[in-house]
Amino acid sequence: MLTQLTHDIATLSRRRWLAATAGLVLGLAAFGSAQAQETIKVGVLHSLSGTMAISETTLKDTVLFLIDEQNKKGGILGKKLEAVVVDPASNWPLFAEKARELITKDKVSVVFGCWTSVSRKSVLPVFKELNSILFYPVQYEGEESERNVFYTGAAPNQQAIPAVDYLMKDEKVKRWVLAGTDYVYPRTTNKILEAYLKSKGVKQEDIMINYTPFGHSDWQTIVADIKKFGSAGKKTAVVSTINGDANVPFYKELGNQGIKATDIPVVAFSVGEEELAGIDTKPLLGHLAAWNYFQSIKDPANEKFIKAWQAYTKNPKRVTNDPMEAHVIGFEMWVKAVEKVKSTDPDKVIDALPGIEAKNLTGGTSKMLPNHHITKPVFIGEIKANGQFDVVWKTPGLVAGDAWSKELDGSKDLIGDWVGKKCGNYNTKTNKCGGQGS
Amino acid sequence: MSPPSTYSCRGCNVPANFFDRLRAIVLSFFLIAAFAVPALAGPFEDAVAKFANDEFSDTDEAIGAVATSGNPLAFPIISALQDGRLSADPESKKVFVTGADGKIIDAATGAAVASLPAGAVAVRLNNRLRRTVEAALGGLTLLSPDPAKRLTAAQSVFKSHEEAALPVIDGALAKETNKAVKAAFAEARAAILLYKSDASDAEKLESIAIIKARGDQEALALLTGLGSDASPPVAQAAAGAISAIQSNLAMWSMVQNAWYGLSLGSVLLLAAIGLAITFGVMGVINMAHGEMVMLGAYTTFVVQEVIRTSYPGLFDYSLLIAVPSAFLVAGAIGVLIERSIIRFLYGRPLETLLATWGLSLVLQQAVRTAFGPTNREVGNPSWMSGAFELGQITITYNRLWILCFTLAVFAILLAMLRYTALGLEMRAVTQNRRMAASMGIATSRVDALTFGLGSGIAGIAGVALSQIDNVSPNLGQSYIIDSFMVVVFGGVGNLWGTLVGAFTLGIANKFLEPVAGAVLGKIAILVLIILFIQKRPRGLFALKGRAIEA
Repeated sequence: MLTQLTHDIATLSRRRWLAATAGLVLGLAAFGSAQAQETIKVGVLHSLSGTMAISETTLKDTVLFLIDEQNKKGGILGKKLEAVVVDPASNWPLFAEKARELITKDKVSVVFGCWTSVSRKSVLPVFKELNSILFYPVQYEGEESERNVFYTGAAPNQQAIPAVDYLMKDEKVKRWVLAGTDYVYPRTTNKILEAYLKSKGVKQEDIMINYTPFGHSDWQTIVADIKKFGSAGKKTAVVSTINGDANVPFYKELGNQGIKATDIPVVAFSVGEEELAGIDTKPLLGHLAAWNYFQSIKDPANEKFIKAWQAYTKNPKRVTNDPMEAHVIGFEMWVKAVEKVKSTDPDKVIDALPGIEAKNLTGGTSKMLPNHHITKPVFIGEIKANGQFDVVWKTPGLVAGDAWSKELDGSKDLIGDWVGKKCGNYNTKTNKCGGQGS
Repeated sequence: MSPPSTYSCRGCNVPANFFDRLRAIVLSFFLIAAFAVPALAGPFEDAVAKFANDEFSDTDEAIGAVATSGNPLAFPIISALQDGRLSADPESKKVFVTGADGKIIDAATGAAVASLPAGAVAVRLNNRLRRTVEAALGGLTLLSPDPAKRLTAAQSVFKSHEEAALPVIDGALAKETNKAVKAAFAEARAAILLYKSDASDAEKLESIAIIKARGDQEALALLTGLGSDASPPVAQAAAGAISAIQSNLAMWSMVQNAWYGLSLGSVLLLAAIGLAITFGVMGVINMAHGEMVMLGAYTTFVVQEVIRTSYPGLFDYSLLIAVPSAFLVAGAIGVLIERSIIRFLYGRPLETLLATWGLSLVLQQAVRTAFGPTNREVGNPSWMSGAFELGQITITYNRLWILCFTLAVFAILLAMLRYTALGLEMRAVTQNRRMAASMGIATSRVDALTFGLGSGIAGIAGVALSQIDNVSPNLGQSYIIDSFMVVVFGGVGNLWGTLVGAFTLGIANKFLEPVAGAVLGKIAILVLIILFIQKRPRGLFALKGRAIEA
């Protein structure tokens, strides 16, 4: 027995070692079952160190949690699931290397991973070349539909546009500040929003666009500019695509300069429960966020999930957020697709996924669409004093994700359709596959 | 007007005309004050029950009905609503007010209640309702005995310039004795008259003069919002007032940029000052400097946690306690690093760079493992929050205190180097190590203490930076480049150079930012520094003489 065990340990790959020693995965169960039966391997490609660790570590834990739950139900197709965790360390080229390692060396059947758009773009060629599957859980700028990627986060029409609609109709906002961090997601989103606002009759002089570097911490000038812009006698709002770390000093400066949500509301697309955990939220009362999920939503499925998650992490205060729910939905869809085709073969699973439905945590059922995006409800929440959100508005039904924005000239004729047309950028005007994008 | 919403929306179909209701509210408060209308029964109870429906539209109606009811409970109910102290039981449709003193009453009857029912939840508000509540309370507090409340009420009337408030303002203005409040009432009255359709041109011209004298952004907003339907003399006067205010504001915006520049400069100086010792004076290329700042910030977090759990009364002093703690923690770790790593690498800059870079990653990951990857909340004591107005610029207290704190740290450091025995030894060792050793100075001990001093000051910087930035494992990384920039630009080895360098870069950055934007502004600064270093490789204040040979 002892010699058998040492033999097992010796043959374990270094990667599996890392997972096991970190105490992350199935722990001893993995050792026991490694030789007892074959497992289905699931790759987890989230940064555990570097700048993005702040957001991505939680998603790694989420996937491990989901695998744990699935194994309690007996796994899939009679096999246990086994997580393979790698750390791309917030380093974009390393994402591609680690993805290659997961697919070729560890032979994973599916990968859950990436946060920033640049990391997704960096792994795309790898997934295409090696024909594997990536589930991408974060809201992003759209303008993409790839055969090997399934986008479970929001496209711009599932987050940004409904939020602007809400401000326009309910808060009667006439003047807009589009503030963002200087990289691809905010720039594309703001381009879409600018086109959308102009199509609604907003004039150029009523739109102010401002970009700041990553991790910007001195917001005095910009907040003063926003104040000045807002004192032109028209209701003003800020649409913020400011990323992660820069948000805390931004909101602190807003609070200190006395800008209240009743004067100039800020609606954010990258601020969730996790980000608010680091801020004193009292001065932020009433500022808004648009997401497809909030922890505070009262639904039996959500309450059950939060309870199980807090028990799994052994932390009764651990919060949940929108990208976590995206992984929950994506994971269930993948499980259902594998069970449907009784195989983990990527081609079969990719073909089976469109049309698969999975319960989301807010009482609805999301569906995978032919363009590899999903249907989601959109919620607008106001920040409460306890760091949670109070939902003040929601879409009546689910909104289908658009891979290509209808607001931009370059993409309004394009659709993604991997079922009928077998094409990610089908031009409905010329009836040809191809055009902008890949 | 706007097309019907394609989305469902709770609370959309409220009676649209907000200002009509506001007028009713303000008027009703006036009536209450004037005639003390007796309380009515019936509709008031119905209105109060609407709070229990948990629909924004119903809450909106309830606020309007309660405010206009004339019931003496109206004020406690609406102020409780604003503070989140109004709760409703959806089962029995009963609504309760929890007083600021913790006493609970039934909102409909005013009868005392022992405790809230189990199902009671706080009545929710959204931004629009919050504005309605503020307006309702503002109408009442125009006649409040507290001058500060009257001032805020007058200012909110100035913003809304609602005609219905005119009789109340006129009455209040006549009675007012407080000079500041009187001026605010006069401005509010002018704002109302300016927008009142049947006011005479003479009245409007007088109003424009009063608003022009106020001269701030809100005055500008009011005048620009006037539009084209004013009579020619009024429009002309308004245009004149607008251009006068604009040129005045343009001057103030220069002052504002200068202040923001000083404030940014003080942050740069604070971050760089420790590096000016370890890199500037000792010549160690210390890439782990930012992590010392980060450790200081985490020390602040730990100190605050201890205070929160054990001595909540001391919270306002938490930063004062954190400063020495952070100095000791970061300083001790600095001494440890010097003794265990850096002392073997003196004179080998490349290896030092790599070793300290590696060390910075180790420290980051260690903190990430110990405290988790997410941000930690460091609270602002009350004296660090908020802002005050100076002329037409807003000065936030946290930035002001950081500026003072930075200058104090700088002065203490200078005095230490100049007047203490340790300072003398430090200067001796860095200027001529061998000579100092021959004079009997224990040079290796001085090295360790100097490095510890630099690290300790970085720790102190962390305390201050925790007030304006994220407390996360990446905190240090965002300051390391800026710190090197300041030290190199100011002149290696010269503390005064660091001071002048930091403020020059801060002010230049803040004057570039409004023109070029934050991203381009930063790039422009870097380009300027590269050009400057080409011309003066030793920075602004180069050390002269034999000292640089050592």
